[in-house]
Amino acid sequence: MAGYYHQDDLAHFADVGRNAPELWKKFSEWYAAVFAEGALSEREKSLIALAVAHTVQCPYCIDAYTQSCLEKGSNLEQMTEALHVASAIRGGASLVHGVQMRNSAAKVSM
Amino acid sequence: MFQINVGKLCNQTCKHCHVDAGPHRKEIMTRETAELCMAGLRQTLIPTVDITGGAPELNPNFRWLVEQSRELGRHVIDRCNLTVLLLPSQSGTIEFLARHQVEVICSLPYFLAEQTDAQRGGGVFEQSIDALKRLNALGYGQPGSGLLLNLVYNPVGAFLPPAQHAVEADFKRELGRRHGIEFNSLYTITNMPISRFLEFLLRSGNYERYMEKLANAYNPAAAAGVMCRDTISIGWDGALYDCDFNQMLELPVASGMHVRDFRPELLAERRIVTGEHCYGCTAGSGSSCSGTTAGLR
Repeated sequence: MAGYYHQDDLAHFADVGRNAPELWKKFSEWYAAVFAEGALSEREKSLIALAVAHTVQCPYCIDAYTQSCLEKGSNLEQMTEALHVASAIRGGASLVHGVQMRNSAAKVSM
Repeated sequence: MFQINVGKLCNQTCKHCHVDAGPHRKEIMTRETAELCMAGLRQTLIPTVDITGGAPELNPNFRWLVEQSRELGRHVIDRCNLTVLLLPSQSGTIEFLARHQVEVICSLPYFLAEQTDAQRGGGVFEQSIDALKRLNALGYGQPGSGLLLNLVYNPVGAFLPPAQHAVEADFKRELGRRHGIEFNSLYTITNMPISRFLEFLLRSGNYERYMEKLANAYNPAAAAGVMCRDTISIGWDGALYDCDFNQMLELPVASGMHVRDFRPELLAERRIVTGEHCYGCTAGSGSSCSGTTAGLR
């Protein structure tokens, strides 16, 4: 079934820079610096990126960082745990607002 | 390096195998051809004989080749799949290898069973661990023993290998912690779009993307260190090739030389036969029978 997302489009990401080349250049340089080895290893950064990709539900990033994690020596066990970290934060962020719900209910309740 | 492929007979049928090796293969180097190999080797000062296959230990002339090479003072490498060492017919092979100080380079695609068995067959991981423990028991991989035990990592799929030093550290930590296994070094080797791995790429719809990945990752520094520049590969039938991959693609050396007519001075000046598969050796940090190549020259 056809959809909005096409795997081949990821290879054309740089085309977005055509109408704002200076901004694209700044983004590209910053992006490369972000993912370079630093206090965190390249693998750790790829795992974080994979987790965030699931949080923002970007299919391009999920595809790219699945490959990246494997190419950095990670495996499905590590990647799945990272996904659960993302899911736990996302779920927890909803749940913790329940405190506000309880405060709101307490204010109007006898 | 003087690399001899002694045949395509193997006790495994790994999914990524560029040789298409297996128990059904009949291509086995004869004693006559093996003798021609040694005659050729004697004409050179090449320090290392690298014996590969298939499972080279299954060739009836394997031990003879090792003994002859060692008598000529050459270092010998055995490209070992590990499980072959557990076959009843291979009783004594580990001791033989140790006695002749043969370097064992063996494949272990991951330190977990799921990935290893997915590539190499059900039960292979467990047998591989058993074989590694037996090698360790004789001194292989132990500091100061002189018995080199090196592992080879091939990606279990259509992606490039990770940084060699990083995955070596992972393997040392995990194999040590989980199984008490020690080894010297780990080499990462990129999967080549040949034979069974090519079939996988086509069947899974990954071929174009993988080839694009290899081409986009071309690294001139890796190209400078490719193994064809200092290797001669001899096929089971004595035909000469620039590398084992060319051998499996049936691309002989440009002159068509056979080992019976071995002329090292001509081979040293030869133009290497290349093809699209060569992008596998020049991608990223490079790939060779001894792992990454970028920065070696």
